[in-house]
Amino acid sequence: MTGRVLVGVKRVIDYAVKIRVKPDQSGVVTDGVKHSMNPFCEIAVEEAVKMKEKKLIKEVVAVSCGPQQAQETIRTALAMGADRGIHVEVTGKDYENLGPLQVAKIFAALAKKEEAQLVILGKQAIDDDCNQTGQMTAALLDWPQGTFASEVTMEGDKLKVVREIDGGLETIKINIPAVLTADLRLNTPRYATLPNIMKAKKKKIANMKPADLSVDIVSRLEVLKVEEPPQREAGMKVETVEDLVAKLKEGGTI
Amino acid sequence: MAAPLVRILSRSCRQLSGPLRAVQSGGCRLRSTSSVPDLHSDQTGGFPFPPLQTFSEEEAMMRDAVKKYAQERIAPFVSKMDESSHMDDDVIQSLFEQGLMGIEIDPEFGGTGSTFFSSILVIEELAKVDPSVAVLCDIQNTLINTLFSKLGTAEQKDKYLSHLSTDMVGSFCLSEAESGSDAFALKTRAEKHGDHYVINGSKLWISNAEHAGVFLVMANVDPSAGYRGITCFIVDKDTEGLEICKKENKLGLRASSTCPLNFDNVKVPEKNILGEIGHGYKYAIGMLNEGRIGIAAQMLGLAQGCFDHTIPYTRQRVQFGKRIFDFQGMQHQIAHVATQIEAARLLTYNAARLKEAGRPFIKEACMAKYFAAEVATLTTSKCIEWMGGVGFTKDYPIEKYYRDCKIGTIYEGTTNIQLSTMAKFIDKEYDY
Repeated sequence: MTGRVLVGVKRVIDYAVKIRVKPDQSGVVTDGVKHSMNPFCEIAVEEAVKMKEKKLIKEVVAVSCGPQQAQETIRTALAMGADRGIHVEVTGKDYENLGPLQVAKIFAALAKKEEAQLVILGKQAIDDDCNQTGQMTAALLDWPQGTFASEVTMEGDKLKVVREIDGGLETIKINIPAVLTADLRLNTPRYATLPNIMKAKKKKIANMKPADLSVDIVSRLEVLKVEEPPQREAGMKVETVEDLVAKLKEGGTI
Repeated sequence: MAAPLVRILSRSCRQLSGPLRAVQSGGCRLRSTSSVPDLHSDQTGGFPFPPLQTFSEEEAMMRDAVKKYAQERIAPFVSKMDESSHMDDDVIQSLFEQGLMGIEIDPEFGGTGSTFFSSILVIEELAKVDPSVAVLCDIQNTLINTLFSKLGTAEQKDKYLSHLSTDMVGSFCLSEAESGSDAFALKTRAEKHGDHYVINGSKLWISNAEHAGVFLVMANVDPSAGYRGITCFIVDKDTEGLEICKKENKLGLRASSTCPLNFDNVKVPEKNILGEIGHGYKYAIGMLNEGRIGIAAQMLGLAQGCFDHTIPYTRQRVQFGKRIFDFQGMQHQIAHVATQIEAARLLTYNAARLKEAGRPFIKEACMAKYFAAEVATLTTSKCIEWMGGVGFTKDYPIEKYYRDCKIGTIYEGTTNIQLSTMAKFIDKEYDY
């Protein structure tokens, strides 16, 4: 395969930050909060770069949709070894309402435009936990999908993907072009070494808008309310099984 | 919006004062584009005088990368390295792999090709996790690499720079048993014999000695000329007659090897002289002025790292029905220490930016090193108190920071020397 890989990278609130809900319950506080690349996206970038190092593919293109700051996330991907970046600019209200379906449409359009052989995404983002973008992208392109990938190997002109599923591991063989989504154990992402960070400065990031790809990003979903999970309440200790049954009956549970 | 900042920097470069040029051997660094911060307008707010904690995108990325790397690749080994007084070869190897040992070296020699300020940020981040690792990185970058880059002949650079950035640690040998602060009273002798010199003497307190592949040795070729005979020699590790003695058993910075060295008729070819004969004293002062800022960064990182380990504890520990953080007495102490750390940070960053801008920076560098070392001592001492009993045990990292900080007031120019140097500058300022 001498093709091109598109890797999606999403800028999310850093995993170590304590999340706070906005007082008006319209969302979570993002101003001034530390953001970084979604951990599953890091794994996706690492897999793409590994494939390039094994000479299975020719070029890795990192793509991110969002405001100006999304460029930092693309730069991190470049520092990890991606060759160039594409920043699809989405700002303001459009960005707040940007969901998997719109992103999938953008990726599908880009995959066709860039003549990509492979689209690799993280299995889900740690902010919305949707786990939909990869699957939707594959459906829009009518390409096979290898989701929750924990191992990917080239076998001739097909891809062998080992998937982590509820029952254990499932191995499938799919045609190329395809969409893959990376699961936790696919690889361990490399550090961006300082020399690579310097090299990344010279790599190009192209700018475009969803309209340039003829994609309509109007959301069909409206977020009504965001609230914190209920505070965990203290439990009760009982001495005997009879006590337990009595308490459960009391509480109306049985 | 980098334009206004560039104009200010280039204006100040032209104001570089004459007599100090000799000491800052290297002059204005603005030749290479990598020295000019590529600040975004949204970072500076289009503002021509951004705050000291403004970093270029490259600097910010480096800092985050080193932070992550230090947490994952160094933190797990810190305690073991301290206990055994030995730095893991794996840790040193990973420093090279990450490009942290050749931060300012040109990519043509395998280095990272970044700026002095990036080095400072790297040293600060490393020191938050382990000050011993930070000092190894600091000596390599601010002393060894700079000496080779500025003074090396094309041949010397070819031979050493690419190794210094990829696999070889360097060591700087100035102090002796009888000459610490009085560095120029050094007795190590280098006698000329035709096309080579023979070095005899001994050095003490040499950092990195255990792991170094090359030693920059200050020896006197002509004692009758006093300090004007001091010359810098490049001595390879396996040179016959060079003995690296048993390392010191130290209070702190234990993972950093500090050894005495013996020179017994060590033959060094003439071409191994770095720079000019008799100019060694100038190079030493010049490099130590820069190294000072590196040590300030190390002490700053030490203080911040210790602080960062302690505050979460004070927020969790409950006594008398409330968090110990909530007692006013604690709050006042904590806020005071936080202010001192911030002040040390600003002194350090400012000294680094002054140096990068090619402006006079020696007084500010002295201030930064002196103050940061004092702040580190205050912070670590207070942190142990705030942690209570657990702060006193080796199960928690706090006591190590306390032991490590003490060297800050001693090495690379004692506090008293820093204060006297500052006083000399202050005296001159009022000469009119």
